[in-house]
Amino acid sequence: MILQKGTSAPDFELNSTPDQKLKLSDLRGKNVILAFYPADWSPVCSDQMALYNETLKIFHQYNAEVLGISVDSKWCHLAFAKHRNIHFPLLADFEPKGKISKEYGAYNEKEGTSLRALFIIDENGTIAWSYLSPEGMNPGADCLLDELERMNKEKK
Amino acid sequence: MSKLRIPVGPRDHIIGKPTATKTLVEYGDYQCSHCGEAYPMIKKLLKEFSNELLFVFRNFPLQESHPEAMIAAEAAEAAGLQNKFWEMHDMIYEHQDELTKNNLKYFAENLDLNIAKFENDWDSSDVTAKIESDFESGIRSGVNGTPTFFINDQRLDTYDVTYESLADAVRKAE
Repeated sequence: MILQKGTSAPDFELNSTPDQKLKLSDLRGKNVILAFYPADWSPVCSDQMALYNETLKIFHQYNAEVLGISVDSKWCHLAFAKHRNIHFPLLADFEPKGKISKEYGAYNEKEGTSLRALFIIDENGTIAWSYLSPEGMNPGADCLLDELERMNKEKK
Repeated sequence: MSKLRIPVGPRDHIIGKPTATKTLVEYGDYQCSHCGEAYPMIKKLLKEFSNELLFVFRNFPLQESHPEAMIAAEAAEAAGLQNKFWEMHDMIYEHQDELTKNNLKYFAENLDLNIAKFENDWDSSDVTAKIESDFESGIRSGVNGTPTFFINDQRLDTYDVTYESLADAVRKAE
């Protein structure tokens, strides 16, 4: 089972580009959308990442940053991001393979890839919402925006 | 099941008879080839169901994948301010592979638009804001890609790139 609401989000430091690392806890004070997905280049993942790419402006209105994460290598991510003009970090859960995906319960042992799972981590580093998408389904961005809106209202 | 969050209203581009009882909304991108394939199907649909169907087009430009999608959407909206939205919409879908800035201006000339006004509106922040609000309403309604259709406010998940799947959905809509 994927990690649930109320759990403290396990910290990690992963490559976001071939020469840069990103640490989750460095994003404290922001909402973080952590999007685990099976593979760069596959049709559903490409559509999903393209959608989040176009939605960034709206996510930012909710003080939210998007992080994509899969077991692809940093070089694969670089090529994919370049090809699709992706403007948010794609993290390489590459070595040890799938370690972070496993910590979040978002690893598919049979396929050796991340599951398609979404987490919203709040400004204090706690998981505020999580969702495991059925196989081959693009979960869209509406569920994320609904939740961010709810979080905003609760804060007020 | 995803539902249309922002109901069809006065800001929308609507085609069909006012007495029609069924509404088909498309979220589309002018540079998307799948939308290009759907375009003649919509025309046929409006003929076949001319008494019962309203068609609404909302913008969903995927700008990072389709560099000309936004300027094309802005051109159609600008034409709309001279009451020629659908003429421009059709012109664009019929010349989908030629959406340069020059060509879009040429389309506007062909439609006898007031070119000074068109160019002014084309660049205006109001037009951009209209497109962005269409886009956001799509995102909020569960649009994940283009084209996405809503029939009577319910997202149509059975569209399989065939005319029959659209016609079927219209027939079954209550």
